[in-house]
Amino acid sequence: MFNRIVIDPVTRIEGHAKISLYLDEAGQVADAEFHVVEFRGFEKFCEGRPYSEMPGITQRICGICPVSHLLASARAGDALMAVQIPPAAEKLRRVINLGQIVQSHALSFFHLSAPDLLLGWDSPPAQRNVFGLMKSNIDLTRAGIRLRQFGQEVIQTVGGQKIHPAWAVPGGVRSALCAEGRRKLLAWLPEAFATTSSVLDLFKKILESHQEEVQTFGNFPSLFMGMVTADGSWEHHGGKLRFTDSLGATVADQLDPQCYLEFLGESVQTSSYLKSPYYLPLGLTAGMYRVGPLARLNVCNRMGVPRADAELIRFKQMGRGAVTSSFLYHYARLIEILACLEWLERSLEDPGLVDGDLRADAGINSLRGVGAGEAPRGTLFHDYTVDRNGLLQKVNLLVATGQNNLAMNQTVAQIARHYVHGREVPEPMLNRIEHGIRCYDPCLSCSTHAVGQMPLHLRLIGPGGELLRELTRG
Amino acid sequence: MGAKTLMIDGRQISAAEGVSVLAAAGEAGIKIPTLCHLDGVYDPGACRLCLVEIGGFTKLVPACTTHVAEGMEVLTNTGRLRQYRLMILELLFAERNHVCATCVSNGHCELQTLACESGMDHVRYEYRFPHWDIDITHERFGMDHNRCVLCTRCVRVCWHVEGAGTKNVAGRGRHSRIITDLNLPWGESDSCTSCGKCVQACPTGALFEKGATAGEMEHDRARLGFIVNAREKQQWIPPE
Repeated sequence: MFNRIVIDPVTRIEGHAKISLYLDEAGQVADAEFHVVEFRGFEKFCEGRPYSEMPGITQRICGICPVSHLLASARAGDALMAVQIPPAAEKLRRVINLGQIVQSHALSFFHLSAPDLLLGWDSPPAQRNVFGLMKSNIDLTRAGIRLRQFGQEVIQTVGGQKIHPAWAVPGGVRSALCAEGRRKLLAWLPEAFATTSSVLDLFKKILESHQEEVQTFGNFPSLFMGMVTADGSWEHHGGKLRFTDSLGATVADQLDPQCYLEFLGESVQTSSYLKSPYYLPLGLTAGMYRVGPLARLNVCNRMGVPRADAELIRFKQMGRGAVTSSFLYHYARLIEILACLEWLERSLEDPGLVDGDLRADAGINSLRGVGAGEAPRGTLFHDYTVDRNGLLQKVNLLVATGQNNLAMNQTVAQIARHYVHGREVPEPMLNRIEHGIRCYDPCLSCSTHAVGQMPLHLRLIGPGGELLRELTRG
Repeated sequence: MGAKTLMIDGRQISAAEGVSVLAAAGEAGIKIPTLCHLDGVYDPGACRLCLVEIGGFTKLVPACTTHVAEGMEVLTNTGRLRQYRLMILELLFAERNHVCATCVSNGHCELQTLACESGMDHVRYEYRFPHWDIDITHERFGMDHNRCVLCTRCVRVCWHVEGAGTKNVAGRGRHSRIITDLNLPWGESDSCTSCGKCVQACPTGALFEKGATAGEMEHDRARLGFIVNAREKQQWIPPE
């Protein structure tokens, strides 16, 4: 006699989803599926719009990472115009992207994941949130919120507003960074460094008591994809792509994002609106790859800044070749915050940041353009085809969370196999399954271009396909 | 021409004979909302937003096409008028596809400003979501029919200020639309001089400079009044 299990909603992630667990005859988990249940159709309704409007439209896909869409869209516009944007504009775009990564990573760690890590899986669900965290550690929570605020402040100072700045445009950017804004951000940096440093220390302590999670939360071989510079350093904007395998060996290097269709395939599942991209040369199963902080740190040789490089060495020691546990996305995220702060410090002191023109001018010189960049959650592609006047004929958006879809499915299955035995599933076990998803910091509104908060819904399905149990939490 | 004395919203006002109630009120610092009026070209009375109440008349009349008269008593901001204006604005929003957040004129749009001033926080009518094309075949300018309110400012400045006669209105009712020449793509027009007056005249983001991104299109409407004043009165007074 079985029941149906539903977790609804899965909290502290962005978007709507549900999980189905499939049990075998013995009542053990045979398989798991992560379904994203929302649809928005952005790619379709952008058709017919002028390419110059696309940064403003597509950044509305998301309120957490609008800057990522803004920059990818502007870069796709650069490609349509076939221009090289002015150096100061390129530098400013890099600065705003660093701010974006800081604020999004701080949100993921402090607001969404820290309640599990610091209050414990078994703490009462009503307190397992940022408010519960405040009660238990007000100084850390305040510092985390301030760190996110710093990232948002970078975006506002450079782009004019914190959310949806229509600032990057095809050909460059619309406005310069003022001297006062630069001073203000530089003055805030020491506090941001101090917070990051203390949270890195704290996370290392958390790791000591979470070795079981490291082993079971998405710990499996896969490919990793991320941007690198020409010399293989960590890159977040304008780089080339590198694939490595779980042994750390480079599978492909210096791939041009403009040609992504040559090495990425997209499969579709009937059970989810989230597409599943894979590394084309290896096929759907062997071609599963992960993107985002874990992948970026796995593919790069160095961060290019001293403090983050020291952390990268410690990070790389956690794997044999590559670090394969998705639980360590958290660690990678914190190292990336540190790297972003160091890069921001360097960039803000660069006199070239306020030098010269900001916007190249040209008509349509190419009928297809791809813009790619590293969003907080992984590599983001905007692929536009236009007519000779610049009206969109076709849009394809390949979003970070989608690229982690296959890995998220496998992570959910791995955690469920470890913690779910039979139809009775205690709530803390369900929370662990949810956390498997949280490790990836998925943005489902981005990935399906879908709207809303993220209820998650767990279904336990028997060997005959019958729904045994459904758990809803909210 | 003699002066006329009239009351607008309880204030005694003196205005030259032949001027419109809209102009007289504006001169006295009383703002009456309008979308189709544009300094320098004639008023067609198209948008109906400037409707006012006049003592002794049961019907509402447009302030832009009504001349001042001796002893006239005008009310510009009654509950009845506010209700009709709100209704007109809501109908304009429901009729086409106005998406302020991503519009090139966001923050600089007369329709958006009027909606904010009138307290429009939602639209009570069902949106029609019509399918309208965008014409960006012109080298410098674009026309997005989704954002057009059919004020015909572009048509009037094209015919009566520039004298090119490129812009026209075609179709009837909800099928009405602004066309170029005999419904040619703008970029193929023989008559267009590319002067850009239509673009500067537009109250919304329907006409824009190509390449403009969200909120980037600021229309310089005062320049049209400057041109007309310079031509007709030989006075080159820069716009304020």
